[in-house]
Amino acid sequence: MLFLVQDGITNGAIYALLGLALVLVFAVTRVILIPQGEFVTYGALTYASLASGQMPGTAKLAVAMGVAAFAFDLFAARRSLHGPRVARAFLVNIALPCAVLALTFFFVSRHPPALVSVALSLVIVAAIGLFLYRLAFQPLAHTSVLVLLIASVGCHLALQGLGLLFFGAEGQRGPTIADTALSAGPLRFTGQSIAVYGITVAFIVALWLFFGLTLYGKALRATAVNRLGARLVGIRTSLSGQIAFLLASVIGALSGILIVPITTLYYDTGFLIGLKGFIAAIIGGLVSYPLTAVAALMVGIVESFSSFYASNFKEVIVFMLLVPMLLLRSLAAPAVEEEKD
Amino acid sequence: MKGRWPILLFAAVMAAIPHLPGMPPFWIVLSDNIGLSALVAMGLVLLTGVGGLTSFGQAAFVGFGAYTSAVLTTAYGLSPWLSLPASLLVSGLAAVLLGLVTVRLSGHYLPLGTIAWGLGLFYLFSKLEFLGRNDGISAIPPLSIGPLKMLDPGAIYYAIWIAVLVCALLTMNLLDSRTGRAIRALRRGHVAAEAFGVQTPRAKLLVFIYAAVLAGLSGWLYAHFERAVNPTPFGAQAGIEYLFIAVVGGAGYVWGGVLGAAIVVILKEILQSYLPLLLHGEGQLETIVFGILLVALLQLAPTGVWPWLMSLLPFKPDGKRPDTSLTLPPRPRTPGEPNVLLQVDSARKQFGGVVAVNDVSFDVQSREIVALIGPNGAGKSTTFNLITGVLTATSGTISVLGRKLHNAPPQEVVKLGISRTFQHVKLVPDMTVLENVAIGAHLRGQASALASMFRLDRADEARLLAEAARQVDRVGLSGQIDQLAGSLSLGQQRIVEIARALCVDPMLLLLDEPAAGLRHMEKQQLAALLRQLRDGGMSVLLVEHDMGFVMDLADRVVVLDFGTKIAEGAPDAIKSNPEVIKAYLGVAA
Repeated sequence: MLFLVQDGITNGAIYALLGLALVLVFAVTRVILIPQGEFVTYGALTYASLASGQMPGTAKLAVAMGVAAFAFDLFAARRSLHGPRVARAFLVNIALPCAVLALTFFFVSRHPPALVSVALSLVIVAAIGLFLYRLAFQPLAHTSVLVLLIASVGCHLALQGLGLLFFGAEGQRGPTIADTALSAGPLRFTGQSIAVYGITVAFIVALWLFFGLTLYGKALRATAVNRLGARLVGIRTSLSGQIAFLLASVIGALSGILIVPITTLYYDTGFLIGLKGFIAAIIGGLVSYPLTAVAALMVGIVESFSSFYASNFKEVIVFMLLVPMLLLRSLAAPAVEEEKD
Repeated sequence: MKGRWPILLFAAVMAAIPHLPGMPPFWIVLSDNIGLSALVAMGLVLLTGVGGLTSFGQAAFVGFGAYTSAVLTTAYGLSPWLSLPASLLVSGLAAVLLGLVTVRLSGHYLPLGTIAWGLGLFYLFSKLEFLGRNDGISAIPPLSIGPLKMLDPGAIYYAIWIAVLVCALLTMNLLDSRTGRAIRALRRGHVAAEAFGVQTPRAKLLVFIYAAVLAGLSGWLYAHFERAVNPTPFGAQAGIEYLFIAVVGGAGYVWGGVLGAAIVVILKEILQSYLPLLLHGEGQLETIVFGILLVALLQLAPTGVWPWLMSLLPFKPDGKRPDTSLTLPPRPRTPGEPNVLLQVDSARKQFGGVVAVNDVSFDVQSREIVALIGPNGAGKSTTFNLITGVLTATSGTISVLGRKLHNAPPQEVVKLGISRTFQHVKLVPDMTVLENVAIGAHLRGQASALASMFRLDRADEARLLAEAARQVDRVGLSGQIDQLAGSLSLGQQRIVEIARALCVDPMLLLLDEPAAGLRHMEKQQLAALLRQLRDGGMSVLLVEHDMGFVMDLADRVVVLDFGTKIAEGAPDAIKSNPEVIKAYLGVAA
């Protein structure tokens, strides 16, 4: 029994991280980030490839997307091109991913230590996340949630296809980050699961501090509440969107790296994992971080119990769990007038 | 039948396609698939594009339709024609159950909720023993009429496309009706629609069921087209695909659904068959390109391809002028109406610790214009919302014609003959002035959704539109009657709201800042109209900041400050009341 709970909490912590990222992105950009699952697989499989001495295709993808983003930036600013602006765009879009690619080349044949692989994977996926916003969503920032959602699905399809191209159809596992283990009564905590808990808690606290205390965090919240108003007081909303995507991709990649030593990941596993983070985010109402975290733990526990007792219906149970939750939410939520489109 | 020739032409072309010499059978299969997707997308157009309810779960309803027929025809040997109603019924019932749960969800919960049950049902389909688990059900009998068995794709082609055309017609008929206008108003929030008697939860459930039944029909056709079912085509992926068919085509346009289906199905087919040849068969390359193309398409035409194509047309379909000789029967009135129409008796509204309306009492007599004034935040609009049932009072009573309202919902208040306008204009911007105004007459029509689908509502509809046109004319906007409400100036939009309120045939008209945004001449015309209405027997309660306008027009003025009534009386008395001057200027004169 207890180990089921433990297993559930480990998974739940991952879902919590993903749920938080989804809430963050939705709040700031109104994008329901379906490709979150791809960030997970990209992070995990990039890390696993690096560890096994293979060149991950994601590093090249980052460069390619960077080049496209550079073109987008130049085109968008074609009427007011000046040196510093071009230089800045070049630095972020071309120089950065190229440097990362060079580093990856350098390290991949030398069996890098785990931490270097982790850092590289995070930077690669972060760059992909950043450019994804620039390429796909920034031009659509003014459109409806529905259009953004469909675009999000489009990105998911493209990235998932690319994932198959880069990593093949075979599943991979990565090396653990921490090999220690300790026992407490009947339970055995591996270093990996402790890392999962620690990093989840750290992220929740960090996000909370970021949004509560820093100017950037407040700017992001302002964008979430009112785009136009935020722009009028000088917040660059496209920057807010980029930050949100950057954070989401880092969180996604990190989650992937955390679980790839525990379970085998395939190029398309991320989607399902992301969806479960999603359920947590929905239960949290797409606005509340603490509620999302609690809901994620619950989803994890329900999943581990149902996979033990009724493994056939595991997914049915997890997804159907949402319906009564939504019902509760809609009964509790006051009728609010929605004026947006 | 004028305006129908493009549809007839389309039907003729579709009928001719299988007979074209040299038409590869493969293209017929493709057309079948387009038709099947178009049916589902059409439901989504109504649900998502028009009604604003995003659903990812439509594939599950297709599954309900397909599996119902599969089970009934294989396990019980029923004829496919007998399983058709069963398929529609099962998907409809599933929609009622799921709809009761999810349609109430506001905003973004709904799409997410539909993903959840869409996935859940998919896994259920693939786990249930009597549905054949992952293998599904095979050897489903084909459709047949007498000796003709629709075995090949060319035969069932007709069944599919007749279904598409019939459903498109029914859907367009539904949209162009009393119920349709109510549905189209849903997307812009429900306060305005409810203020004119629309039962919004019921309207939402209706479109939800309608979309599900269309999906069920598609599923039934699919089962007898493929003659085998398995869970794969009813999963989340398919549900998402239906949605982007609708969005790519132009969510909100019936033909956008058909066009979107054609674009997406053909695009996928081309990518699947030609891309591997071009690039030596790297796996899943087509999904990559498809995904990227999808995003690119949205960036080029965010509202969909169909409206973009329509805007390229050199001619515009001209609006039909309603025959204004038709009249609606007046709203039934209680004989011998007492003098006091509206009695507000120590009404109170608290939001947490804030008292927005503090035990306010006043009344409105018949044939009287009463103005409610006060500085910003005085509680004027809140008072309006209490009267019309948008908000429930914390305490106090509001009675109409001597009967207590007991916090009746807006739909009941409007039945008593109280109609209103809004401080922040609540029109449907992509509907014409006439259609917006006709929403005001919603309660004065009877035609049901089913009747309007089959065009049995035309007499009722003509009277409604005639009434709406008369009210548009009365407020002096007949020149703009066919323009989209969103294209009017803010001042004109306020006037459209007044026309809509007049369509109720009210005894009491509640106007929230009607003169804001009007020019001097327009204000004078408005004042003249309101006087004329009063002389015709109507009463008006208005909130207004333009003191010249108010003092000139009102018979009586009620002044609120910080939620409390500080003065009441004739305009001249109010002008010299020291309390009022203090509230507005902050010093005693």
